[in-house]
Formats: sequence, C-alpha cells, structure tokens
Amino acid sequence: MIPAQFDYERPTSLEQACQALASDEDAKVLAGGQSLLPLLRLRLAYPSKLVDVGRIAELKGVHDRGDHVFIGAMATHDEVLRSPVVRDGCPLVALAAAQVADPAIRHRGTFGGSLAHADPAGDLPAVALALEAVFVAASAQGEREIPAAAFFVDYWESALRQGEILTGVKVPKLGAGWGFHYEKFHRTAQAWAIVGVAAAVRRSNGSIAEARIGLTNMGATPVRARATEAALQGVELGDQVRQACEEAAADTSPPADLHAQPDYRRHLARVLTHRAVRTATASP
Amino acid sequence: MTVQEVGQPRRRKEDAKLLTGRTQWTDNLSRPGMLHVTFLRSPMAHARITGVDVSGARGLPGVVAAFSGQDLAAEQGSLPCAWPVTEDIVIPDHPPMAVSEVRYVGEAVACVIAVDRYRAADALEAIEVDYEPLPAVVDMTQALSADSPKVHETGNKAYEMTADFGDIEAAFRDAPVVVDRTFVQQRLIPTAMEPRAILADTDGESFTLWSSTQIPHVLRVMLAVVTGIPEHKLRVIAPDVGGGFGSKLQVTAEEVLCLLLARKLGRPVKWTESRSEGNLTVHHGRDQIQHVRLAAEADGRIRGLQVSLLADMGAYLMLLTPGIPLLGASMCNAIYKMDAYQFNCTGVFTTKMPTDAYRGAGRPEATFLIERMMDELAAAVNVDPIEVRRRNWIRHEEFPYATISGLTYDSGNYEAATDRALSLFGYDKLRAEQADRRDRGDPVQLGIGVSTYTEMCGLAPSRWLADANFGAGGWEHGSVRMLPTGKVEVITGTSPHGQGHVTSWSQIVADALGVPFEDVTVLHGDTAIAHKGMDTYGSRSLVIGGVAVLKACEKVKEKARKLAAYVLECSPDDLEFEAGAFKVRGTDSSKTIQELAYATFTAHDLPEGVEPNLDSDATFDPDNYSFPHGTHLCAVEVDTETGMVKLRSYVAVDDIGKVVNPLIVEGQVHGGIAQGIAQALFEEATYDAEGNLLTTTMADYLLPSAADLPMFTLDRTETPATSNPLGAKGVGEAGTIASTPAVVNAVVDALRPYGIEDVRMPCTPERVWRALEGVRR
Repeated sequence: MIPAQFDYERPTSLEQACQALASDEDAKVLAGGQSLLPLLRLRLAYPSKLVDVGRIAELKGVHDRGDHVFIGAMATHDEVLRSPVVRDGCPLVALAAAQVADPAIRHRGTFGGSLAHADPAGDLPAVALALEAVFVAASAQGEREIPAAAFFVDYWESALRQGEILTGVKVPKLGAGWGFHYEKFHRTAQAWAIVGVAAAVRRSNGSIAEARIGLTNMGATPVRARATEAALQGVELGDQVRQACEEAAADTSPPADLHAQPDYRRHLARVLTHRAVRTATASP
Repeated sequence: MTVQEVGQPRRRKEDAKLLTGRTQWTDNLSRPGMLHVTFLRSPMAHARITGVDVSGARGLPGVVAAFSGQDLAAEQGSLPCAWPVTEDIVIPDHPPMAVSEVRYVGEAVACVIAVDRYRAADALEAIEVDYEPLPAVVDMTQALSADSPKVHETGNKAYEMTADFGDIEAAFRDAPVVVDRTFVQQRLIPTAMEPRAILADTDGESFTLWSSTQIPHVLRVMLAVVTGIPEHKLRVIAPDVGGGFGSKLQVTAEEVLCLLLARKLGRPVKWTESRSEGNLTVHHGRDQIQHVRLAAEADGRIRGLQVSLLADMGAYLMLLTPGIPLLGASMCNAIYKMDAYQFNCTGVFTTKMPTDAYRGAGRPEATFLIERMMDELAAAVNVDPIEVRRRNWIRHEEFPYATISGLTYDSGNYEAATDRALSLFGYDKLRAEQADRRDRGDPVQLGIGVSTYTEMCGLAPSRWLADANFGAGGWEHGSVRMLPTGKVEVITGTSPHGQGHVTSWSQIVADALGVPFEDVTVLHGDTAIAHKGMDTYGSRSLVIGGVAVLKACEKVKEKARKLAAYVLECSPDDLEFEAGAFKVRGTDSSKTIQELAYATFTAHDLPEGVEPNLDSDATFDPDNYSFPHGTHLCAVEVDTETGMVKLRSYVAVDDIGKVVNPLIVEGQVHGGIAQGIAQALFEEATYDAEGNLLTTTMADYLLPSAADLPMFTLDRTETPATSNPLGAKGVGEAGTIASTPAVVNAVVDALRPYGIEDVRMPCTPERVWRALEGVRR
C-alpha cells in the first residue's frame, strides 16, 4: 500500500493553486484525501503531482449568502453537518453529510472533495442534484459556474476541466413548506450506499406541490427520479404516494457489484423513494 | 485474609501500553542495516510461468537484490503440512515462491530487496513475468468432476475420510422423519487488526526471526526443518501481536523467504503486508459444502445423523489445512443423543488461497450444521425449537457421557443454561410479538434463533493427537521462578496475542503462591526465554498452559515448604500454607514465601540437599478435552420489502466452567459473537470464475463494527471441567461457534411462514430479498 512517487505542493492562495495545476497536466488536487489516498495506495492512480489545497483560506467555511448557502469546497463533512447555516438553509445537506462514512472520515473528508470525486455511490452528489446546487470552479482563466445537472458526467468524472479547482457550492435555500430526507441503504454503518434517495418535498394543503428526488448509486452519475417527481405533483399524502414512487427507477441504469445486481437496486430505489418521500412529508 | 484473585474482574496489565501506543509490533522494529522486501504476486489463478525477468528491478536506485522463484528453487524447500489426515492423502510440493506454476492469485513469483519500502514497492513494476494461462478451478463440485482441469497433476482430491458410529442405515430405514439439507459455509478472510509482519536477522551463524505469529515455538521447529538452519541456531520471537484468530497459526511463505533472504544477503530483512495483500494471502477460513441428513422419530427424537462435507483446501495443504474440517468430525452430534452417526469429508483442491484455522476451526462449521438442522427438525415435526432440543440433549445427570462420536463429555448442564437464557431473552413475549406480526402481515417480520452449542477446547490430549495422525503433541509448559526480592517471574509456552495471559496467569500465580497480583510478571513469545511451548490456538491456553503454570507453582511451594521447615525448625508436616506464608501450626511462628526466596538468594543457611532456588518447571498434558457449552438466543427483524436483517437482541449464557477473569471472558465472548454474526450476515470472500479474489479491500469485504451490532446480554452458568485442576473450559472461540447458527436460525425463522427453509450465508439483504421473490412468484 505504498503509492508511486509524486511531487507535492501546498499553495496558500487559490491563484497559486491554479498555477500549480496549470503547469502540470497530470497533477491532481488533494483535498481531504479520503478518496484520493486509497486510489494512490492501491496504485489505481499515478498523478505526477498533488496540489494540496488544505491551506487555502478562500476554500474554507460555510457562508450565508441570502438566497443560498455557499459551502466552501474545503469545509469538512463534520463542519457541514454541524453548521447552523446549513441546518437552517439547506437541511438536506446536513442530513446526508451526517451519513457519509464514519466520524473519522467526516472529520477529514471535505464537501468539495467528495463532490469533485463524482462518485455516483457518494451521498452528496444526489443531494446536490436534487437541490439544484451550483458548482463554482476557478482556474487561471477565471471563475465559472456549473449547474449540478451538468456537473456529473460519468463514473468519477465531473465537468471540471484540467486546471480547474472547485472552490465551493451554492446551495439554494428552498424556503418554507419544504420537507427533506436522505434515505441511505447500506449493509454496515460505514459502507457505501447500495442505493440512496435524497428527497425534497413541498407540501401544500395536504398534497405534494413539488418533489425533487436525487438517487445515489443508480447509474454512472447521480440521477433525478423525474418520472416519480412528475407523478407526485399534486398527489394527496397517502397511498397514492407509494404508487407514484413505483416509477422511481425509470430511466436508470444501476451498476452490478458484489452488494447488489441492477434489478435489486431498481427495486430498492422504488421502496426507498417511497420511504424518503413519506419521511420528508412528515418532517416539520 | 487476602482476596482470592481468581474470579476477580482484574483490568488487564497489558492495556496501559496498548492504549498509550508503547507496544512493540514487529513493524516497529528496526535493525542496523535493515533491508525491506516486497513480493510480486501472481495476477493469474492458474498459469505456467514461462519466464521471470528481474533484471529491470536490479538496476534501480536503492535496490539491493531481486530474485525469482527459480533463483531460490534450490534452497527454499517446501512449506510444511503437519497433519496428514489419511494414509493416502496427497500433499503437493509447496514452494514458498512459485517456480514453474502459479495456483492462486497472490502467490509470490518474485521479490525485491531494497533500502526502503518505497523503492522496494516501486521496483516490483520493473519485473516482467510471462505466464501461459491454465484453466482456473474455482468450484469444488466441478473440481471433482472427471473432466475438470487439474490443480495438481495428481488431481483435485486431497483426501477422503469417513467415520461411522452405530448403524446409520438402520437409523434411516423406516424413519418417520428425514430432514435433508445442503448448507454452504462461505469462505472467510480472518482479519486481525495487525497485518502480518516479519523481520529476519543473522550474525552470520545464528538467526533471529521476529514475526507477528501465534506460534513462535512451532514455527521455530518447522523453519529449522524447512530451511536447514539448526534449531539451536534459530530464535523466534513473537513480540506484541495484534490478533490472529488462527490466521497466524501458520508457517508462511514469507517467513521462510525472509529467513532465506537474510541468510543470502547477510543483512536484516523486513516485510510488512498491506491489507489487500493480506486479504489475498493470509490463509482463509471455512469454505465447505455440507450435505446433511437427519433421521428422527415423529416426536423429534433423533435416530441418526449423516454428514457429508466437501472442504475447499485451496491450492495447497498448509500447516493444518486438511485437519481443520475434521476438527468438526466429533462435534456434529453436539449435545444430542442418537443411535448412529456418519461423517464423511472430501478435501478438494482449487486454484484459490489455501484454507486453514480460523476462530473455531472446524467446530463452527459442525455446530452450524447441527444447530440449523435442529431448527429444521423442529419445523418438520412442528415442535418449538427449544423443545426439540430438550427431547434430544444429554441431561445433566447423565454426565460423564460417552458420545456417539467417541468423546467423553465430562460435565455440563444444558437445562440450566437454556432456562437462564430463555428468561433473560423474554422468549415467550417475543414469540407472542412474532405471532402478532405474522397475523398483521407486518412488512417487518420477527425471527427468533436458537443455538444450544457445545465445543471441544484445550487442543489437545497428546494421545488423541496421535490417533489423529497429527505431527506434534498437545502439552503445554510453564515455569515459575522467584526472584531475590520475592517477586515472581512466570514463563509460559503459550503465546498471547490479545488474550490477556499476562493478567490471567498473574491471578493464578497470586493465589497459588499467596503473593500480590502486582508482584507477578509473565514472559512469553520468545523461544530464547520461553524454552518450551506449544503456543496459542484452539482455546487451549488457560486449560493447558494456565494449568502448567499452576503445577509449576505447586512445585515451587513444595520446595519452599522444605526450606520453611528448616528455618522454622519444625517438620514440613507441621506447616500450613496460607496467604503466602508457611506457619507452624498452633504457633505465631511463620515465614512468607517471599522471605524464603531471599533466603535462597543468600543461600547462607540452607539444609542439606536443598538447592538455592525457588524455581520450577511443569509440563501439562491433559487427559481429555474440555467442553464449554451454552445457549445463545437471537432476535432479528427482517424487512421483507428490502431484505434487510436487523439484529434486535442477543442473549448468550455460556458455561465455560470456572472463570479466572470475568472481564477478559466478557471481552472474548463479545468479540466471538461479533465474529460469528459477521459470518452469518456480513463477510464473504468472493472469487470470480477466473479465480480472481473480488474482496481485496475492506470496502468489498464487509466487517461489522460496533455500530452494526446490538448490545449483547451475557450471563454464565458454571459447571466446572473435571479434566483440569482449574475447572476451566476455555472461551476463545465459544462466541464465534455459537452465534452464527443462532443468527441464521433467526433469519430463517422470520421467513418460514413464506415457505423459506434456508438462506445462504451471509444473509445479505439481496439474498433475503431474492429468497422472498422466489416464493412470491
């Protein structure tokens, strides 16, 4: 478990970091290291250089920006799940962050690192997608914004370009009437989700006015359960909700691995979506 | 009056240094001029090696040497198998480094020795190996078919062994009830917290090998035989060892190779495995297909039991590989009376990592099959699973009891342990809740699992080992020496790696010699200090090694008695020994044993014929095994929509005889239960059809943590063992042996109304869901 040799830089400003990345096309950004270090140690990745962004002040912290919460890329999962700004402004993020891996990893692993890793089995991508978050990326050429729907490209592949650094994520505040839940299905407490469901549901007069549902580990990227979202619109709370959730796995292509075959994942997506929506509508 | 130490929940003497990081793991050790070795491992399950070119590695900076199997062929010998279980067993040659053919993924094919681990790891990528692929043999049943590719030229059968007790045909003839099941004991990867690590050094003539091993003494003998290094020129040290569970009861390829490399290069050589390397190349456990038939009367009384096993040996026979499934041969009949029993086992070669001892070693497999069958029998005759056991078990007044398989159980009380467990569990209330959930068609069903296990501990009476054609004895050695200041040094032949022998042995000695617990130290794990030993495995340490220490104390006391009589000017018969002092009966005149130790140090005034020491040795060989037993009850909630199994409550009442340290016992039971639950619900080593191990990391090989387990409710009943003076039975494996069938029985119990009779282990959510889908259709 010894990585191949690599160079290491630890810039103290975003500008320096962008330069360091631009100078070497095989360089990789090192954030909390909870995904990258295992890949290096298993020799599944051979970057020429690691640019450690852990000392860059601009990437840290969680900020209330009025209509949205800005979560700095280097905020740890633990900071995120404890942040009153997150809990008030985008509680679904806190609910999901609390279920990432185990406490040790949550203290090291970062919000931005986890999203930039673009693992469809990660808990946060589906949440970012459901909440229609906006990703902010910086490079030597400047800054650009990428909507969540365009950010996740394939397994472990994001829309970030060579030389770009994810600086943070804007998570819109959804306002009153919304309820949230993240339903994670996994075999042991620190295992990845076999399937996860992030649900944000707006209630109005005993019915569902709007639902946004992100699915974890149901394809090469996190996916929205669009058919179920549409079917839920205007549905009264009760038995019809279950029926609407039967569409949850539509248009997904879930992976096969040691923990589950695709048909089982589709089944789980249906059951868990129902549970997530039910809990979200029951939450205060 | 001093407090009796035995029975006190003493905190462990070992823990302060473990908790403060002052432990001496093998990987922490460093020697002047030390080199580091890394191994290139086969990516192929089965292939001919047509070429190995290490020259690319040899030229790299920091690399001192690189070798292929061919380079070492003349001197590396063959790894030993100490248990030729039958006359006609096939024991293939097992080169520590493959020379001409690889037979499992992970087998070492070349190595690099460099000045640090980093360069050694990098240089592996510069070695080129040419393989000519041969077909993998992964499935045991297919391996035995006539047209299967062969793992070895001699074929895929290592041995077949049958044992018959009573008239099995008569038992099944006209039997009112016959239950027939096939169970799969999945392959497991023992996961000790400390990975294997080895350091070999030489001064040109003598050799020292530090290894994270359970068996420094056995290892020394075996390494001497394999390498030709004379036994007296080889010292083996097991420093602090972080767990083993049987996986470090082995003579490994890496141990042999590190020693050879130190000899070849004349410098210290160290190796520490990575976790993934360990998953591939630490011997695996279990892996059996069990065909079981049980004949019974209509009321559930057993007539006969027929067990036929296929046991996956993997690619080679390692130290105890072929004997492991046979350790269960005497235990399938368990606590039950029956007229006939037949046991058959075929050892099968496959192109996978060899199997060998893993916590329980043969007994968990046996206990699983019989305890699962008892629940199936209960269902077949429509009797409560507790009641069907009652109708069959040996009653407490029937001990000692000669079992159908030829063992004599010395003691036990299954009624007492079961009654206690039922009451702690709230059995009737849970059954009522189960009935209610069934009636309501609750999507979450409740299942209740029972396991009234027994096992055999204290491996082993040497006579029995002779009958089993095992290559060594089963005794254990202990030494006690009193130091001039009255402190006591104990030397044990056991080799603790988490069991707390230093604490428990201190308690035994404190009572035996009447000295303070704090005044006792225990040395172990170094063949130059503990000169005789058979090491630690099979729940043997206390019931054999602890007894050896106790017997050595008795000898010391007898020496001291003679001296005391001389000093106190009385006859030895006039002395009584209490609280560490010899007292002349009816007087105030006394001498403590600690004072007498000083008298032997000065030796100014000793009687004729008394040597100036209070030291003694004892070697203990038991007459019989010990037989812990107990009743474990488990309640699970099965989510029939997702297949998820959640443990709701777990009660374990164990009878392990007399207890030396209840705190250590609780730790053993907790860990044991967790490991048994892990087999039932979580762990499985998976190979694909090409023989690639898919579970090489902990992301794929799932170990449960505390977060995945319920609080365990533990209690004990106490029926002392009669086979040793401590009355102890052993507890290292009991939890693991008991818990697996309790959990699977609970899962099946929840699903039985759906018509489900078994779920393969581990009972993953997907397997449970598929079982339900199968019957819903």
